[in-house]
Amino acid sequence: MNPETARLRVKTWICAAMVVFTNVFGNFFLKRGMPAHLAPLEYITVLFQPWVALGVLLLIVWLISRMALLSWADLSYVLPVTSVGYVLVALAGKVLLNEQISGKRWTGIALIVAGVALVSGGTAPQTAHRQSDAAMAGAHR
Amino acid sequence: MKLLLIAIIVAATTVGEVLQAAGMRRHGEIRDFRPGALGRAAAVLARNRFVIGAVAAMAVSFFAYMGLLTISDLSFAVPATAVTYVLETVLAKYVLKERVNWLRWAGAALVVCGVALVAL
Repeated sequence: MNPETARLRVKTWICAAMVVFTNVFGNFFLKRGMPAHLAPLEYITVLFQPWVALGVLLLIVWLISRMALLSWADLSYVLPVTSVGYVLVALAGKVLLNEQISGKRWTGIALIVAGVALVSGGTAPQTAHRQSDAAMAGAHR
Repeated sequence: MKLLLIAIIVAATTVGEVLQAAGMRRHGEIRDFRPGALGRAAAVLARNRFVIGAVAAMAVSFFAYMGLLTISDLSFAVPATAVTYVLETVLAKYVLKERVNWLRWAGAALVVCGVALVAL
């Protein structure tokens, strides 16, 4: 692995971790603050409820960090790698909300982790956009 | 009503995320993460038509998602995102011209199966 590839991979993992973290906690706080029933006008007022506001703030950070990640990484790479968030949401539900996780769900979680490992370990983050990177991506396929 | 909201979420999310990827591809790799440089990058991106379209589409998706969460379980709402996942991988190949090799297809297929098991 040449230094440029290694640099890109470390940067990709840091940024992907940030995308996953803000997505999981953004959705968690949004869900926590959301009332059971919502009239049309309350769509705006509910945004000022503290937990919902914190959730929205985290989701704004999520949007920005995802944009940064997509500035160099492929969409077909980012999609599976950040889907590890599904696993963390399930775990957050178990740990923080005392939800039950069935055997079927654990199987699903294992499949997601396997898919993420295949894509993130087996392919380079970036394939073919710029000439200088084409050779590098070629070496990884 | 639920199916209508899901259709809106799937369409808006798919369009938004593909536009986001296309816009950021045009912008190029962000290398400098100091606050000032990030601010300048944000100012440039705010005039990027793809990024503006992406944010608009994702706002539509967000409000439709909020609506869906109030009338259905989270475990019903989540499979909708798995559909966008398949659509986006296909669009990544044909619209964004990414090289989706068999490892990525295999990984994507595993993730979709996993999401279905977790969510259904």
